[in-house]
Amino acid sequence: MAMRQCAIYGKGGIGKSTTTQNLVAGLAELGKKVMIVGCDPKADSTRLILHAKAQDTIMHLAAEAGSVEDLELEDVLQTGYAGIKCVESGGPEPGVGCAGRGVITAINFLEEEGAYDEELDFVFYDVLGDVVCGGFAMPIRENKAQEIYIVVSGEMMAMFAANNIAKGIVKYASSGSVRLAGLICNSRNTAREDELIMELARQLGTQMIHFVPRDNVVQRAEIRRMTVIEYDPSSKQADEYRQLAQKMIDNTNFVIPTPISMDQLETLLMDFGLMDGEDESIIGKTASEEAVAA
Amino acid sequence: MATMTRDETQALIQEVLEVYPEKAKKDRAKHLAVNDPSIEQSKQCITSNRKSQPGVMTIRGCAYAGSRGVVWGPIKDMVHISHGPVGCGQYTRAGRRNYYTGMTGVNAFGTMNFTSDFQEKDIVFGGDKKLAKIVDEIEQLFPLVKGISVQSECPIGLIGDDIESVAKQKTKELNKPVIPVRCEGFRGVSQSLGHHIANDAIRDHVVHNRDNDDSFESTPYDVAIIGDYNIGGDAWSSRILLEEMGLRVVAQWSGDGTLSEMELTPKVKLNLIHCYRSMNYISRHMEERYGVPWMEYNLFGPTKIAESLRKIAAFFDETIQANAEQVIAKYQAEYDAIIAKYRPRLEGKRVMLYVGGLRPRHIIGAYEDLGMEVVGTGYEFAHNDDYDRTLKEMGDSTLLYDDVTGYELEKFTEALKPDLVGSGVKEKYIFQKMGIPFRQMHSWDYSGPYHGYDGFAIFARDMDMTINNPCWNSMRAPWLKPAEGESEAPVAASA
Repeated sequence: MAMRQCAIYGKGGIGKSTTTQNLVAGLAELGKKVMIVGCDPKADSTRLILHAKAQDTIMHLAAEAGSVEDLELEDVLQTGYAGIKCVESGGPEPGVGCAGRGVITAINFLEEEGAYDEELDFVFYDVLGDVVCGGFAMPIRENKAQEIYIVVSGEMMAMFAANNIAKGIVKYASSGSVRLAGLICNSRNTAREDELIMELARQLGTQMIHFVPRDNVVQRAEIRRMTVIEYDPSSKQADEYRQLAQKMIDNTNFVIPTPISMDQLETLLMDFGLMDGEDESIIGKTASEEAVAA
Repeated sequence: MATMTRDETQALIQEVLEVYPEKAKKDRAKHLAVNDPSIEQSKQCITSNRKSQPGVMTIRGCAYAGSRGVVWGPIKDMVHISHGPVGCGQYTRAGRRNYYTGMTGVNAFGTMNFTSDFQEKDIVFGGDKKLAKIVDEIEQLFPLVKGISVQSECPIGLIGDDIESVAKQKTKELNKPVIPVRCEGFRGVSQSLGHHIANDAIRDHVVHNRDNDDSFESTPYDVAIIGDYNIGGDAWSSRILLEEMGLRVVAQWSGDGTLSEMELTPKVKLNLIHCYRSMNYISRHMEERYGVPWMEYNLFGPTKIAESLRKIAAFFDETIQANAEQVIAKYQAEYDAIIAKYRPRLEGKRVMLYVGGLRPRHIIGAYEDLGMEVVGTGYEFAHNDDYDRTLKEMGDSTLLYDDVTGYELEKFTEALKPDLVGSGVKEKYIFQKMGIPFRQMHSWDYSGPYHGYDGFAIFARDMDMTINNPCWNSMRAPWLKPAEGESEAPVAASA
């Protein structure tokens, strides 16, 4: 079977890196050969697999060596739990330089150095929450990731972000083969969360591929820098990630998304009680003006 | 060919515009005009300083070129770092022929290229630490450097490199000005914005440096030359005339100029501006903040020189005014002889110009002194105040073209059939291949100076040797030449 490349997007803090590493562990357990490419200057996409704080990144090693041309693949590629290959693009501290260019440079390096081994079944790109510039869209350009999964929860801002990411996918999907492959709901225990995300998925023209319930074992594993599957293989949560992994293996539902308008999104949120109806009379009124009016 | 009428010139413009799609045609039409010297404000007839149309050949430069290449580059005792990838610095190195005195690499740095040579890692992690290191290395290698300017290339603006904080820190450490200049090439529509940005950096970091220092003894006759880049030695052949008039030239901006000259300029009595376009900003600032008046002048050709020297002298006392007359009289025999020699060879020749922001109007008088006529002129990056100053210099119904495209200039030249085209290096070979004599009017075709009386002698010789060069009669292969008795078709039409 040909290598499948998947990118994981979603609002910052939604749990992309945790979800990615856990489901990758599930894939590895099922005998799949997987590589994770961290595309976030924070470089926290591989630590649960490597039991490390943060692995040496391509860009930091390149800066030390002089230039990226001075690096070898084995300098940057590490192998962790169940043979999962790990690499981090790396990038600058917040507020300096250009993190997007770091992602571009790192992925080009991996391609030129032959990191995309034919033996691999899956490559996962774990991408910074906000696709702020072209660099962070690099993983979904032509000949890179063709399946995109968006991690989302039943919170308003996470859904806004998911819809915005869908808009970005449309741009690349119309000129290439990248497709939306599903929403992964990483539960925050909000009311009717599964129904809400299923409805959002339907409106976006895709599916909710799996509902990952909230479970403290994830945090307990995390402080040990481990995935749940490795830390507590018999736990219920480990099975959830195994199910997600199996569903991804079987997934053939790849679509060009149909992002919805702000009005549609607000209506959806109102239907589920996450937002009140808009009251035109209060727009632009300060607290003191309202007090006078009352 | 006889001078064209207003209707004929207008028809020519229409004909040339025909080739464009509707939108481009509408835009370009605003940049092409038939001159009417009776108009006071050029905005009634021509639009300028607008974005060029995509798909056309424009010869404009960028903001970096305007700052690094034009305004800052010639300040000889400073190092100007081209901050960013290596190409911008290297490909603009020493190209403008700003002459200077001094020992290059010791106390002058004009023809050297300093660059931070950005690599991928500098883009990703930022170039601020590298910049700090470069500044230290410059100070170590060239201890006589008087200051450093940081000329931003495009990536600096894209990644938001904080050059200001590095500059501030290093200014304190070195006790020498380290000046950040935000002249990223993508800013603005041409190099013109780069001039403005560079002027603003000089305003913010240089001109006030000696505000509370009275150690400089000024005289009532102190002037500064502003906007003369000493191309081929232009500022030198200008300076001697001012000095012979009894004025003291305190500063040259920026050809053969120094940091301390710029710092002393607010103490002069009068700022003399040659290139108005690139340095009117700083002149206006010195007028507002220090009350130093400024005056435009023109040292191309004896008519304009005499006019300008008298105008400058009128600002001072009778001694200076008498001196100005003496200077003009002193050189009269010299320039009369030049005119006597070259005018018969150049009389009636027609010229088309297309240069930067000053020369398309300033050189007209020099051609006229030689009996020549400028039948078309235009600027790369002028604004409307430049065109205001141009309308009066040009004859009625002559052709004006702003940010002219390669296509337009070629078509206009085919129609007007001038005896000489004066423009830049990108145009040179096109017109020479068309069989039309050409002079490169940015760097004087490796000649010069052209300013002042000394410069006029060289200017006249250069125009003569170009126009009357026998090579133009040998443009056709011998076997294609008409046999004896047949009439020779004009080369340009068949080339």
